[in-house]
Amino acid sequence: MTDATDTNAGVRPVRASAGRRGSGRAGTALAPYLQAAPMALVFLVFFVLPLAATIVVSFWQYTQYSIEPAFTAQNYGDVFYGCLADLPRLCTTFLTYLSTLKFCLIVWVTTLTIGFTVAYFLAFHVHTLKIQVICFLLCTIPFWTSIVIRMISWIPLLGRNGLVNQTLVGMGVIDTPLEELLYSDFAVILALTHLYTLFMVVPIFNSLMRIDRSLIEAARDAGAGGPQTLLHVILPLARPGILIGSIFVVTVVMGDFLTIGIMGGQQIASVGKVIQTQMQFLQFPLAAANAVILLAAVLVGVWALLKLVDIRKEL
Amino acid sequence: MSDAQTVELAAVTKRYDGALAVDAISLKIKAGSYCCLLGPSGCGKSSTLRMIAGHEDVTDGHIMIGPRVVNDDPPAARGTAMMFQSYALFPHLSVAENVAFSLRMKGVARAERLDRAERMLDLVSMTEFSDRKPTQLSGGQQQRVALARALMTEPSVLLLDEPLSALDPFLRVRMRSELRRIQAEMGLTFIHVTHSQEEAMALADLVVVMNDGRIAQAASPREIYNAPRTPFVARFIGGHNILDDGGRTIALRADDVAILPPGEAAARRRARVSEIEYRGPDVRVGLETEAGETLNAVMRERAFFDSPLAPGADVAIGWRPEAAHELSRDA
Repeated sequence: MTDATDTNAGVRPVRASAGRRGSGRAGTALAPYLQAAPMALVFLVFFVLPLAATIVVSFWQYTQYSIEPAFTAQNYGDVFYGCLADLPRLCTTFLTYLSTLKFCLIVWVTTLTIGFTVAYFLAFHVHTLKIQVICFLLCTIPFWTSIVIRMISWIPLLGRNGLVNQTLVGMGVIDTPLEELLYSDFAVILALTHLYTLFMVVPIFNSLMRIDRSLIEAARDAGAGGPQTLLHVILPLARPGILIGSIFVVTVVMGDFLTIGIMGGQQIASVGKVIQTQMQFLQFPLAAANAVILLAAVLVGVWALLKLVDIRKEL
Repeated sequence: MSDAQTVELAAVTKRYDGALAVDAISLKIKAGSYCCLLGPSGCGKSSTLRMIAGHEDVTDGHIMIGPRVVNDDPPAARGTAMMFQSYALFPHLSVAENVAFSLRMKGVARAERLDRAERMLDLVSMTEFSDRKPTQLSGGQQQRVALARALMTEPSVLLLDEPLSALDPFLRVRMRSELRRIQAEMGLTFIHVTHSQEEAMALADLVVVMNDGRIAQAASPREIYNAPRTPFVARFIGGHNILDDGGRTIALRADDVAILPPGEAAARRRARVSEIEYRGPDVRVGLETEAGETLNAVMRERAFFDSPLAPGADVAIGWRPEAAHELSRDA
């Protein structure tokens, strides 16, 4: 083809010659470390040191009135005292862990279900960035008040003479008010779900936004219906977000004592609650040992989750 | 494979929030032919393709594939398959699972669908990559996989959205002949969107030049090149000079422009050489006439160097009367 006035040839972009680099100032090599230093310092002082202290103290000895430096595994033994001997009956520690794990699992399922649904709506049904931002702000409104206030506000709603019971009785659905709305497993799960769903929404939303929209069209083109597209395309691609959200929720719920304490009417055991009680009785080494075990349990959980997805690759 | 089908558009219109993207276009594409929708960006060619595919609703008008009006059918029920510009391969699935995706949606057992995917990959010479993930493939390889995946649905019409635009020029030329080969082998109707006139010329049986949501001209490549209907078409397909000739607008192919000695009696214009561009097989000579028109002449390389010209030379220009092709005004 002999095209004289080639409309497509266009103007070739003139690339500027490579910029000047590495003019060799002595300070440049140090700069990245200086930039990372503030955060590193915060981590060191508020995370690494307390953690190290906790691990050290977990090997100390204690009496009713004193704590002495030592190196003994006694505290760890006490945590699991009688646990092996009593099998198959579960000891208090195992029961507490089991109860905490139960909440963890249920709250994981509820936050994941609600969080994925909300994230899906925001990512696929809200088309303008402005509305997405507004919706996100709406989601964060509960975080504008303190965690305690947020939990206490459930009381007038769920209490024996609370709004829910009054409404149900008023409508004639039930004769006597439901007792188990407040200070129960239900209340704990409700409050935890309410508190932590946003932790699922954000990473899942992020994953969903990164899905090339033409993939969904390609699935439709290949004959996939809505549920099939969700199952075979969207869910697998949202996996990194789901895992990051899961790690958030699982770690937070595993260590929770405040929500379980308040919403459970101080009647439900949790690992966090046990640690708090031991601290109140000044059994710091025992509390520390419990904390280290909890940390180990959570780390194993996170490690298992990370085995499922290489976050560094998928972020 | 299912049989090729005709595709017919009847006054098809697409409006986005009041903005008119496609303006009542009508077109008939013969079964088994290779059709290129050609035009600058924003001319409505992609919207047209997406409406045929069923990924965009038709605001008005009818789309017929074979004997059926398919306006309300989902993509998979139309017998079309689309190859996306970005290829849209599923990043979490292997090449084989990508190709087998439509079978998986139909519930075909794993062993059978992978077996059939393998055979399809053979057609595009990609069998050795069947276990790889799409990100481990080059652009050209991804494109072959995308083609195999589209063909897997046994479409009667294959829709290609700028399939070659992401490839480097050498690969583009190779894939072009590959597309042509596969189209001929399978006998399917291909509708291919492109903004490259070269691609359209090389591939199509029917070139549909679009502009501003309308069809400027729909004809065979040879007819488009030899008899562009409007100045827009002549300019867009390239290789033409558009001149005002005694009140008429004419298109004159650059290779029909004869450069003559300045004193030549048969001259139609006097001009000065403004630039020379060496292009290998031929040489383009940029000219500026006394009246201020610019035009291009293309000469065979040997003919040019038999009596070379330099910028600034005064020349005369002539052309055979039958070389001038009168244009109608842009719609």
